[in-house]
Amino acid sequence: MALSTKLFQRSSSTAVFGARSMSWWRSVQPAPKDPILGVTEAFLADPSPNKVNVGVGAYRDDNGKPVVLECVREAERRVAGKLNMEYLPMGGSVKMVEETLKLAYGETSEFLKDKRIAAVQSLSGTGACRLFADFQKRFRPDSNIYIPVPTWANHHNIWRDAQVPQRTFHYYHPETKGLDFAGLIDDIKNAPSGSFFLLHACAHNPTGVDPSEEQWKEISYEIKGKGHFAFFDMAYQGFASGDPERDAKAIRIFLKDGHLIGISQSYAKNMGLYGQRVGCLSLLCEDEKQAVAVKSQLQQLARPMYSNPPVHGPLIVSTILGDPDLKNLWLREVKGMADRIIGMRTALRENLEKLGSPISWEHITNQIGMFCYSGMTPEQVDRLTNEFHIYLTRNGRISMAGVTTGNVGYLANAIHEVTKSA
Amino acid sequence: MSPQFTSPPNSDAHSSPSSSSSLISSASDRRLSALVRHLAAEESSPMDSLSASPTAARADSVFAHVVQGPEDPILGVTVAYNKDQSPNKVNLGVGAYRTEEGKPLVLNVVRKAEQKLVNDMSRVKEYLPIVGLAEFNKLSARLILGADSPPVQENRVTTVQCLSGTGSLRVGGEFLARHYQERTIYIPTPTWGNHTKVFTLAGLSVKNYRYYDPATRGLNFQGLLEDLGSAPAGAVVLLHACAHNPTGVDPTLEQWEQIRQLMRSRALLPFFDSAYQGFASGSLDADAQSVRRFAADGGELLVAQSYAKNMGLYGERVGALSIVLKTSEVATKVESQLKLVIRPMYSNPPIHGASIVATILKDRDLFNEWTIELKAMADRIISMRHQLFDSLRAKGTPGDWSHIIKQIGMFTFTGLNPEQVAFMTKEYHIYMTSDGRISMAGLSSRTVPHLTEAIHAAVTRLA
Repeated sequence: MALSTKLFQRSSSTAVFGARSMSWWRSVQPAPKDPILGVTEAFLADPSPNKVNVGVGAYRDDNGKPVVLECVREAERRVAGKLNMEYLPMGGSVKMVEETLKLAYGETSEFLKDKRIAAVQSLSGTGACRLFADFQKRFRPDSNIYIPVPTWANHHNIWRDAQVPQRTFHYYHPETKGLDFAGLIDDIKNAPSGSFFLLHACAHNPTGVDPSEEQWKEISYEIKGKGHFAFFDMAYQGFASGDPERDAKAIRIFLKDGHLIGISQSYAKNMGLYGQRVGCLSLLCEDEKQAVAVKSQLQQLARPMYSNPPVHGPLIVSTILGDPDLKNLWLREVKGMADRIIGMRTALRENLEKLGSPISWEHITNQIGMFCYSGMTPEQVDRLTNEFHIYLTRNGRISMAGVTTGNVGYLANAIHEVTKSA
Repeated sequence: MSPQFTSPPNSDAHSSPSSSSSLISSASDRRLSALVRHLAAEESSPMDSLSASPTAARADSVFAHVVQGPEDPILGVTVAYNKDQSPNKVNLGVGAYRTEEGKPLVLNVVRKAEQKLVNDMSRVKEYLPIVGLAEFNKLSARLILGADSPPVQENRVTTVQCLSGTGSLRVGGEFLARHYQERTIYIPTPTWGNHTKVFTLAGLSVKNYRYYDPATRGLNFQGLLEDLGSAPAGAVVLLHACAHNPTGVDPTLEQWEQIRQLMRSRALLPFFDSAYQGFASGSLDADAQSVRRFAADGGELLVAQSYAKNMGLYGERVGALSIVLKTSEVATKVESQLKLVIRPMYSNPPIHGASIVATILKDRDLFNEWTIELKAMADRIISMRHQLFDSLRAKGTPGDWSHIIKQIGMFTFTGLNPEQVAFMTKEYHIYMTSDGRISMAGLSSRTVPHLTEAIHAAVTRLA
């Protein structure tokens, strides 16, 4: 007691036993709004009855409403009230991971049989990329990550926070609104051997521009020649063409060519499980022993981040994928979503052409997946927002999922207005 | 109309798009060369074509050097327990509540809330905002701070939904590492095994302050005051709000008051870990007193909340980080910076668990039902403490075991050493962490005698 009294006496002469008078945080600056999620915030705040949200990439039906898939509702009914909510292992739901790997690597993949894949459940695609980036930093501390230009903005944030230095590689070709294939190949060749490349497996975000099958083969060849590591971000399997097998083509090419790849998979869009945060990170290893070691290290990174991943979302996923009828229902529903988007692409392009736009809008139907890189400038985008209450990111990316038969005419008209004198 | 695998216009472009020089003059030439290479490669073995190139692709993995990571000391206990075939095995490892029958428990009120959510067809599973479910955040802040707390009334708390306690600590730690001038956090000795890793990976350096006194199996209050008294001004101090993990030793209210005064006088920043509110004493308000005293004095603090134990939502990963600030202007800026930590980590938090919590907290009847179920869990644990204590005394096991009933919360720090623990695991199939911590929640009336036997044997045979 005496000691504590002394301490108080020492400090009481200057002390106020209540608060310090100033905050520690005066120097904290307000952070910039997230460019993508900030768009929806602005949209929600807009009172205009004509407003259109083609900002964030969340699917909408033809009435502009969010969708919960039937297979998901059914899975939820089966899941609710039955099981306990105990902690999953650090690596997540084994069942869900197994089903998820089949989607990416193939139902009968030898790599699954040989247990060569180190895989953990992750917090959707973001979480998978971040775990990989942290793993890359820890085990290949001298490596860089090559990121395509452009890419989903959060990719830069993820690798930056993981403290992995970033480089970029050519990807989008503005003049043609297509792929800058020559630039891409050159960058692969010029990168120092053993570099890490981030590739979008399908439905590139934000451009919608994907390499052709032939181009993927050449990309695979060149990457292999330089001993680079290929990391695939696959957030749209099934969502691009409507066929998950087809959308995994790039990955299958790389596997066939003998690459030891990494993959981030997400169920946010293709199962509409956005807010559940369900995904998977996998790394193909040389053998089972290595896969066990790598998995254990991935778990070491997950533990101080969130201990173990959420249990609810993977229950839905494994209920669906583990039941042939539900799985078939899911496949039909995914195709339905993809088809609606493809239909909207056609409609938007046709509307613009009918309006007599001086610009070519071929790229709308050439591009694939949820997004269309319109080619509009930030200034044109601002006009769309301010004059027409149309919300999209300033890079001109249109989320086709937000386009409906009800608003496609209005959208085409507005785009025409701001671009006709371009 | 299928755009997918036809070549985009670019590959037949007549003008070379890239600014970098290329020996190949046109896209079609390049395609032809690629095809030729592929055909050539098929005729020879893959390895030949690889080794022929001076910058040959590595045949081995870039991660070949990765070695097996160690088992997590806490979660690894359950792994070992699951492997054990003995019918007498008892899992006193991980802190997850078990019923008298040794089963996990989903609270009735949680089932009701879940059913409500499932039946609500208007619900969708869209992304939550980066900061999580707004309603959940508000209710969580009120739960820990009290609805009448000045920071709550004055709107100077920022709350973000995170992945349970771990996630809240990590996000808070990352924020401090980026924006706070003191990059050191003081954690008690001992503490939850994951604390050091969480804060280290967040970018803080970790130091310790004395906490547990093995001699008394109670609080080393003098040591605590000395160590906090000599910490650099402004340092961050991790405090367990109640039911200290792993020791179960909590300061008294008077001691908390002294701690508060000392910390405020040295401008030490409190970071509370509140994983057991309501679970310790059975009263949500009583268990929040430490946090509320600090929040009431006008100063700033961080608090990480978890609903894993007190709502039994373990695997749903529901928690919240609240930061009490001086002003609401600062709170707004701080929130924006928290978003920058979260977005590159997992973008936004999972919706399911938080929705359950919000459903319960905002409904008076469900809330009351919850408090009753919570008290029942706390009471069962207190009853296990008494049963174990009485049983050891009846057996005449050497030593003073009163700490079992003095300590509070899910865990008892038995005072057993690693050798004794290993002995108990091997001979009696009792699973616990090697620091001698047992989860009282894993005990039942049925297993108390077996545990008593094991402790008795360990203490008498291995002194």
